Amino acid sequence: MDLKTLIPQKLKEKFPTVDFEVSDYRDELTIKFDKKYIVEVCKFLKSDSELEFSLCSDITAIDWATRKNRFTVVYNIFSMKHNFRLRLKADVDEGDCKIDSVSSVWRAANWQERETYDMYGIKFNNHPDLRRMYMPEEFEYHPLRKDFPLMGIPGSLPLPKK
Amino acid sequence: MDQLENQVHPKILEALLNARNDYTLDDALENEMVLNMGPQHPATHGVLRLLLRLDGERIIGCVPDLGYLHRGYEKMAENMSYYEYIPHTDRLDYISPMANNVAWVLAVEKLAGIEAPKRAQYIRMMIAELARIASHLVAIGSFAMDVGALTIFLWTLREREKILDIWDILCGARFTNSYTRIGGVANDAQPEALAKAKWFIDQFEPNLAEVEQLINTNRIFIERVDGVGAISKEDAIDLGFCGPNLRACGVEFDLRRNVPYLCYNEIDFKIPTYTEGDCLARYFLRLDECRESAKIIKQVLEKMPQGPVHADMPKKVLPQKDEVYTKMEELIHDFMIVNFGINPPVGEIYHAIEGSKGELGFYLVSKGDGKPWKCKIRSPSFNNIQALPKLVIGHLISDVVAIIGSIDPIMGEADK
Repeated sequence: MDLKTLIPQKLKEKFPTVDFEVSDYRDELTIKFDKKYIVEVCKFLKSDSELEFSLCSDITAIDWATRKNRFTVVYNIFSMKHNFRLRLKADVDEGDCKIDSVSSVWRAANWQERETYDMYGIKFNNHPDLRRMYMPEEFEYHPLRKDFPLMGIPGSLPLPKK
Repeated sequence: MDQLENQVHPKILEALLNARNDYTLDDALENEMVLNMGPQHPATHGVLRLLLRLDGERIIGCVPDLGYLHRGYEKMAENMSYYEYIPHTDRLDYISPMANNVAWVLAVEKLAGIEAPKRAQYIRMMIAELARIASHLVAIGSFAMDVGALTIFLWTLREREKILDIWDILCGARFTNSYTRIGGVANDAQPEALAKAKWFIDQFEPNLAEVEQLINTNRIFIERVDGVGAISKEDAIDLGFCGPNLRACGVEFDLRRNVPYLCYNEIDFKIPTYTEGDCLARYFLRLDECRESAKIIKQVLEKMPQGPVHADMPKKVLPQKDEVYTKMEELIHDFMIVNFGINPPVGEIYHAIEGSKGELGFYLVSKGDGKPWKCKIRSPSFNNIQALPKLVIGHLISDVVAIIGSIDPIMGEADK
């Protein structure tokens, strides 16, 4: 069976209560669902013997600026068995800027989540080492948010102590 | 300890001291030490900073600290047009700028629904493979230099110079090329450039064999890297290793074969793999990949069709300058593209190529404007460095230098 129909079907069988929003654009499959289920769904996609999404290519987020659910966390995962790329998405609201960490599923997610935290300020629950990736620890802002100005904020980067 | 906290940020120190390890210390106070390696260290290939926790000379904890070359390229991408961003991709992996150019335009073309003509795709394949050879030559040379075999660096860089000369003819720049354009390449490949590429490939193999001879019989080199920094197949996949490093662990995974892009499915090439997963395997693998790339370039030069190098989509693809100066329509299109951008339809795509370090991908989200709403660079070096603590734990400090050299991180790409 075609993977594009198989994956949503398998997910619906396994998680009958979850609402999966499937879209296909430029031959890329995207599945969006509630952030509560992210770890379970990822675990299932990785461990299922027919799918085996063993590679976590990338984790990032999108800031929609004015939307109600301001952020969308995006997971790009890859199945080496089928050479198939899948994108998972989960909305995160600014008021409750948290999502469960998938670093227990793929260890590669560790730094990718740290980078997302650094750039967008989304906290990952149960992350083993949630520090900033690029910016200094004292930095108060999250640079990839749309309300952070392109030129930066003068004086926001402290100089190192002598 | 107080003094240490003045120099190392407490949170980093905490991560270091909490780093999981299998070693127990009899008297932690007597023989434990924290060593700061980098960011200004010749063996860390740029500005990678490592904090090492040592028991004697043996490493029991390692925390990489990135961000010393963070220039915010993702933020910048959100504030400039798709065309304007091409020169910035040069600065990501600055050892193989051509491959980054190719990766960016392929991603944008997928987003905007443009297909470049066949000849342009063949030229892109040629430059991407030349970039791979150039990058691997630097990787081999600097790796050998890191472990003390100084001569190799001169020999591999001599070969790389010839590739830079080819790029010089192609686009007038040796390092930061910006040669590709959305929907094609900047200009058709000149016969001299193609002839020079052919000449280079013909003389490259014997020269590479010479390099190999010099180093493969060097017992000091072999003993310093054999069995050092080994990682298993499962760990490598789980930790996000990619590119040559992953293939050195016995995983036959190459995006050129597994998810073909450009015209790689028309080319006959092997994917070399090794099973040991140590520094020596990674070195051998890079040598093999250089040879395979040379084979690919040879076929590309033979098969390269004639024809245009720009897609015929005037509203998306920049017109040629001579036409801009003489024709009204082209002038209007040039004005519109430069001032308002190419406005791809609303949507999102991810496109990755097999760069010289591994999977180099761009995730783009378009809201229909001339600028991307979101651009994420999936950089291979970033993911490779993530596995570094796993590789170095249990080894000596001098091995760290060899291991960093063997995974070949480029900080311009890891820090974005």
